[in-house]
Amino acid sequence: MRILQHRTFSGGVHPPQNKLTARLPIEDIVPPPMVVIPLQQHLGAPAEPVCQVGDMVKIGDKIGEAKGFVSVPCHASVSGTVKAVEPRLHPLGGKVLSVVIENDGKGEVSPSLVPDDGYLERSPDELRSRIREAGLAGMGGAAFPTHVKLSPPANKPIDTLIINGAECEPYLTSDHRLMLEHPREILAGVQVIVKILGCKRCFIAIEDNKPDAIETMRRAVAEGGYPYQVLPFRAKYPQGAEKQLIKAATGREVPRGGLPMDVGCLVHNVGTAKAIYEAVALRKPLVERVVTVTGAGVRSPKNLRVPLGTPFAHLFAQCGGLSEDAGKIIMGGPMMGIAQFSDEVPVIKGTSGVVVLSKAESKVPAPHPCIGCARCVDACPMKLVPTHIQTLVRHERFGMAKTYGLLDCIECGCCGFVCPAGIPFVHLMKYGKMKVYQLERAAGAKSA
Amino acid sequence: MEQERYLSASPHVSDGESIPKIMYGVVLALLPAAVGAVYFFGLKALWIILIASAAAIGSEAAVQAALHKRITIADGSALVTGILVAFNVPASVPLWMPALGAIFGIVVGKHAFGGLGYNPMNPALLGRAFLLASWPTHMTVFTAAPRGGSLSGIEPATISALGLDAVTQATPLKLLKGAREVLANSAVADPAKYADYAKAVNALYDSYGNLFWGKVGGCIGETSAFLLLVGALFLLYKRYIGWKIPFAYLGTVALLSWIFAGTDGLFSGKPLFHLLSGGVMLGAFYMATDMVTSPVTFRGRLLFGAGCGVITMIIRLIGGYPEGVCYSILLMNLTVPLLDRSTRPRILGEKK
Ligand code: SF4
Ligand code: SF4
Repeated sequence: MRILQHRTFSGGVHPPQNKLTARLPIEDIVPPPMVVIPLQQHLGAPAEPVCQVGDMVKIGDKIGEAKGFVSVPCHASVSGTVKAVEPRLHPLGGKVLSVVIENDGKGEVSPSLVPDDGYLERSPDELRSRIREAGLAGMGGAAFPTHVKLSPPANKPIDTLIINGAECEPYLTSDHRLMLEHPREILAGVQVIVKILGCKRCFIAIEDNKPDAIETMRRAVAEGGYPYQVLPFRAKYPQGAEKQLIKAATGREVPRGGLPMDVGCLVHNVGTAKAIYEAVALRKPLVERVVTVTGAGVRSPKNLRVPLGTPFAHLFAQCGGLSEDAGKIIMGGPMMGIAQFSDEVPVIKGTSGVVVLSKAESKVPAPHPCIGCARCVDACPMKLVPTHIQTLVRHERFGMAKTYGLLDCIECGCCGFVCPAGIPFVHLMKYGKMKVYQLERAAGAKSA
Repeated sequence: MEQERYLSASPHVSDGESIPKIMYGVVLALLPAAVGAVYFFGLKALWIILIASAAAIGSEAAVQAALHKRITIADGSALVTGILVAFNVPASVPLWMPALGAIFGIVVGKHAFGGLGYNPMNPALLGRAFLLASWPTHMTVFTAAPRGGSLSGIEPATISALGLDAVTQATPLKLLKGAREVLANSAVADPAKYADYAKAVNALYDSYGNLFWGKVGGCIGETSAFLLLVGALFLLYKRYIGWKIPFAYLGTVALLSWIFAGTDGLFSGKPLFHLLSGGVMLGAFYMATDMVTSPVTFRGRLLFGAGCGVITMIIRLIGGYPEGVCYSILLMNLTVPLLDRSTRPRILGEKK
């Protein structure tokens, strides 16, 4: 076999990695006295509450029922009493209907969690429905319902599965630790996905700045006798973005406006793979996840296994508290994460990390006009001309901006990272997209 | 928690580059050539640089104050314009000229269009073009020979040994232009003059060393290819300029001069001579690469550089001026919107 080079895509940037927690094993957090579980933690329709104030719940009990196909249920992550069902602050902004559970500290587990050793004998439909019932949504950040991704239409067969362990965001190490500590569960989950899709090859993609993870996964693949390939990729941001990963792994380009399945590919995060294994073999719903709590503003950064719904304040308390210098709280990594104005927001299914930057790191310089340096053009992994798109959005020429690729922007932030003029690209891109959708809806309503 | 938090859209980190950092990086890169200018042309060159810089910064502050805008002279961009205007005048000009050129560049070339980022043409070159159009004699008659050298770059000893004083009182490009006219019409030319020019051209081609180090007449900042390259390597290393525009520009000049610029018919030209003489080095690395006034796309930058090269050679070979760097870049500046629009890269996933 040809020696595999470390594959990559063109464009992209090299932000300082700051993987402060790469060597710290995952610790179980002391469960919080109270959890707040939003009924919308995934893309698609929110779940509907199926519990009432005063109900006693156990870990894994369903508290929100999925509504529609593109939706997933939610489950209690601690045992105790439902204290409220009301709108609460959500880390993605605004308030969302949430179930507040007071933890009784007993840690009682729902009787519905009965392991099934024969899970590999089950039909793909049965496996999919278990995954859906477990409330799985992608754990890499975008939080798309997992069962939907696993249900490609018959005319779009998947021949390549890519398991995403790239973890290209600076600071975050939750996937890295999962690969080091739970390689067998991840591979068992991969086996389930391969069975559901019937795909012929599977790549496990890891950035080459994590040689220990590549090594561990390779050994686990060999021990398990799996036909999967562990591929090292060049450490470059956004190596873990779906389209860039597919391009680097297979040379295929997802068409504009299309989905990975259009080129026979599917990408799942390593955390999702592990959760899939737990959902089908242990019948365990998604009630906890690994969260990297890190950054200069956190006194002792850690990788924590955390019940969903744990407020950020409790995470910080378990990490020695925030330092005096803490300036900005970000859910996710520093490239794509979302700044929070409150530490009351809870951990959700897509919370791979919480990064707290120092005050000095948090300051954003006032933007200048573009000086045409072209650094954003060289950095854009989608091959857009970001400076032209931002100009068009500012001038409200949304149709033209769309022609220039506004909707192709993956909001990776590479352009903003390199721009010496400090142009707030991602903000403008999001605004522009919203406007395009609004205008298209309005046009559609008129013509209908 | 009652603590104030910073909020902003992602990304929350940056690579730390800023407009002032880039501009002062360019100033630093221009420094070797500035020192060289003072060495070769004396204290007069220092005065030219200081006066042009002061005029650029002062006029920017004045315009912004008058328009009640934020005063941005600290960002370094006016300083860059001032130095470049100074680099583009001969040592013999009266001192009011670089001042006027810098003021014109800043006021008309930059702020009339809205300031940094909005100007379509390179302000320093516009300043130079204004001077060239208004006082052509001051701008094109070179009288100051560099320290230890001659105007034409030919060794003074060689000049006197060959008795060439009469034809070598010009910069290399002017000398070559004159020579090509005479040599191309051997039938009508005065035989003595013909012989002189033939000897002079050979001597010119033997004097690459002087052109490279800067022992030649010309505008004060353009003469030393070596010192300009030192700064350019720094800019390339810092990625404050890209390789595409200089590469395409210099490559085109080399190719066209090899094909068309010889005195013995096609393919007899000396590319190195055209690369090292005149303002091509200064233009290709410091002025065509001006971020604001050059394209942002990959192919756009290559075409832009090539276009500068073509126009430069047309002016040098058949135009009325011996040198065409300034106008070539200004003309190509005007094509930037068109170039950018027609060379938009293929979006990932877009049909080929
Ligand atoms: S945020 Fe959008 S425009 Fe900017 S680099 Fe990423 S894909 Fe390109
Ligand atoms: S990086 Fe910023 S300044 Fe440079 S071209 Fe892009 S938008 Fe303009």
